[in-house]
Amino acid sequence: MTTETVLIAYTPDDFGHAALEHGIVEARRRSARIVAVNATRGDALVDERFADDGEVTALERDLAASGIDHEVHRVMAPDVADAVLEAAEKAGATVIVVGLRRRSPVGKLVLGSVAQRVLLGADVPVLAVKPA
Amino acid sequence: MESLSLLADGLATAVTPENLMWAAIGVLLGTFVGVLPGIGPAMAVALLLPVTFGLEPTQAFIMFAGIYYGGMYGGSTTSILLNTPGESASVMTALEGNKMAKKGRAAQALATAAIGSFIAGTIGTMLVVFFAPALAGVAVKIGAPSYLAIMLMAMVLVTSVLGSSRLRGFIALFIGLTIGLVGLDMNTGQPRLSFDQPLLADRLDIVVVAVGIFALGEALWVAAHLRRRPLSVIPVGRPWMGRDDWGRSWKPWLRGTALGFPFGAVPAGGAETPTFLSYVLEKRLAKKGHEFGSGAIEGVAGPEAANNASAAGTFVPLLALGLPVTATATIMLAALQGYGIQPGPQLMTEHPDLVWTLLASLLIGNTLLLVLNLPLAPLWAKLLRIPRPYLYAGILFFASLGAYTANQQPFDLFLLLVFGLLGLAMRRFGLPVLPLILGVILGPLMETKMREALAISGGDPAGLVDEPLAVVVYAVIVLLVVVPLVLARVRPRLTPTEAAADAPAPADQSDKESVR
Repeated sequence: MTTETVLIAYTPDDFGHAALEHGIVEARRRSARIVAVNATRGDALVDERFADDGEVTALERDLAASGIDHEVHRVMAPDVADAVLEAAEKAGATVIVVGLRRRSPVGKLVLGSVAQRVLLGADVPVLAVKPA
Repeated sequence: MESLSLLADGLATAVTPENLMWAAIGVLLGTFVGVLPGIGPAMAVALLLPVTFGLEPTQAFIMFAGIYYGGMYGGSTTSILLNTPGESASVMTALEGNKMAKKGRAAQALATAAIGSFIAGTIGTMLVVFFAPALAGVAVKIGAPSYLAIMLMAMVLVTSVLGSSRLRGFIALFIGLTIGLVGLDMNTGQPRLSFDQPLLADRLDIVVVAVGIFALGEALWVAAHLRRRPLSVIPVGRPWMGRDDWGRSWKPWLRGTALGFPFGAVPAGGAETPTFLSYVLEKRLAKKGHEFGSGAIEGVAGPEAANNASAAGTFVPLLALGLPVTATATIMLAALQGYGIQPGPQLMTEHPDLVWTLLASLLIGNTLLLVLNLPLAPLWAKLLRIPRPYLYAGILFFASLGAYTANQQPFDLFLLLVFGLLGLAMRRFGLPVLPLILGVILGPLMETKMREALAISGGDPAGLVDEPLAVVVYAVIVLLVVVPLVLARVRPRLTPTEAAADAPAPADQSDKESVR
């Protein structure tokens, strides 16, 4: 029976995969369970950072292959960072894993960053990873 | 061959750098609005109405023509890559197109849609060049009573043939006709439905009505359903086709064109029926019949060609009779009136420069579409990622700006809101928009013709039926209303698919059945 929870902010791209990879390692180290969250604002017709059914199946398969107790949540919320933080709180996460995008300071100014807002807003340690 | 030399003159006017620029803007804008579901060429043209009043009529219409064809093309891109038909005419394209895309043949599906649209559009436009002047030549001799009857027939056809429910269609039509009545009676100067408001007595500006219904109504509707699960778009590179695809596509293109054009040209317009018939036809003819349902290129090529050919066909009644049969054509008619040009059979003789430049620019726009869109397809797909709030904020901005600048009257903004709410209610209750806008714009024209006919007969209602043509048309209208009702009773269990598969027979019959 594990009490710790690793929350992975998942996106179906390199950053999400990096987060997943490190999240699994982290969960093993802490012998924790995994909650993977994939969120979208749902206000555009297409959001490539929202996993479609095929990608969710692949994610479930990867998690099952790791042999760790896991859950996958797909969330639609006005704000993706808030959705991740809220899911972390609800799941009682002990650590949040996010993938970091490489972005210039100017790009950050214009577009903002989910990862940054998770880092600033989280009450628990955040593991920020980059794709290899 | 007089038409050809006139067309050549039109081409000469249309290929000036400035006019080419308007054509390019129109095509790009049209594709932009076509790609995004919910925003169509009708809304784009309505939003541009106030802007274009500063342009020459020719330039405005070159741009509108580009938007019209561009919208068609953009809709097919969305259907294929997203399985979300932007408009009813693209539904059939989505069936096979999306399955092709899922099988990794998105590039070929887009290419056959684009090239098929180009071919159908070009042939269709050439047919307009030959048919419209001939029809206009006949139509100028038609008297007011027959003209009234033909307008009535167009309204009944558009209302009862298109769309899912006859009742909803007629509700929308009558709301439209009522809106068209508001203001001073042109003949007697009496205010009607103005509720003692001097601003209402001034008649409603068509820009305010159209922008309210199309733009504000859609924006409110989207705001009410803002968050939806995102769809997955199928990534695509530059569209191309192999030798085999060409071999399988060219016949459906031509058959689609042959099916589409007549449906556009009769004042019952709309591309739903011909695209459906083309799909069924290709399915029956296909040698690799088993491939239908899992991404057959014929199923994209045929309906897409039918779609564009019917779009071209709608210019026949628009230019020769002043009868629009699609929402976009209706707004274009309103634009004509905005320039003080009277639409009708005399348009061809009174404003030949405008008509022929418009037809020439249809050909040019079509070519531009092919040249621009084949390489740009991946870019258009990216548009689908624009968050709705940004998009609709922009639309609302232009909508309010347009409604205000039309008369610089704050009251118009209030009217805009009222029509926006009406547009929202119509979407909520599934009322089609086309009959409404047709009623608003054709209603007053129809009234003028009726008054004319009655004035000739000295107020005797019998004057409305004293021309043989008028009587024939009224008989057709009665048949159109009665036959489907009878058929529904006699053959209650016939599904649309069976009906159309049974008989590609007389056009008007399969027409009605496929919609039931």
